[in-house]
Amino acid sequence: MYQIYGVVALLVIGYGFGQLAERRHLKSLIAREREANALPAIASRFPATDRAYRQQLVGGSVVIASDYFKTFVSGLINLFGGRVTPFESLIDRARREALLRMKAEAQELGAGYVFNVKYETSRIGAGRVPAMEVLAYGTALIADEPVALRATNA
Amino acid sequence: MLLSNLEVLPEQTIVRHLGLVQGSSVRSKHVGRDLGAMFKNLVGGELKGYTELLQDSREEATGRLVEQARSLGADAVLNVRYSTSSIAAGAAEIFVYGTAVTLAPR
Repeated sequence: MYQIYGVVALLVIGYGFGQLAERRHLKSLIAREREANALPAIASRFPATDRAYRQQLVGGSVVIASDYFKTFVSGLINLFGGRVTPFESLIDRARREALLRMKAEAQELGAGYVFNVKYETSRIGAGRVPAMEVLAYGTALIADEPVALRATNA
Repeated sequence: MLLSNLEVLPEQTIVRHLGLVQGSSVRSKHVGRDLGAMFKNLVGGELKGYTELLQDSREEATGRLVEQARSLGADAVLNVRYSTSSIAAGAAEIFVYGTAVTLAPR
């Protein structure tokens, strides 16, 4: 009986703090994405080479853990199959966060574009502490004359 | 040393390909960090300790790549790629590779 109380308590804690953190994170993501839109991240591998600019590798990464509630619910969904929505929102937030960190690094360098953006996702940690790492990286194009890059037709 | 995951450069041409260069780093976290992570696993959120650990690890791997490219006399490493794999319980390998090239002004 006490074990059931324990699990319910963990579920409530997990749900409460997890939802709170998720809502707070989404709010901050939306605000920062609006600012970061000024710096386009592009998946193309071939920028124009007829003008001068410097290149530098930039990246951003984040390691995220699921909360107890999400882990529990995904276990239930696993029984019947189907979309594991609790994890979809989790990994989506991680990707957006990683991209924003990459853009922040590029912005500090005064970049006009980030080209050849790639994502890399891996499951790290084993057993008791499952966690995911998302890395976003690409090449920042930095022009001394920013107007020159703006004319690039990517 | 110029690192880029593109294959073209403005105002410069690739003179010679020196082949693949690589760097890797395997790290695991200590128990204290693991305990913190276990708590985080209850409430969810970012595991800052792990983010930093993997970032340090990535820097180390990149450092080894640059060292290897330098010893070959390269000017740049192009088409750099990262790869991460969890190879054992509690340890992650970061692998970075690319093509070492020498450059000349166009």
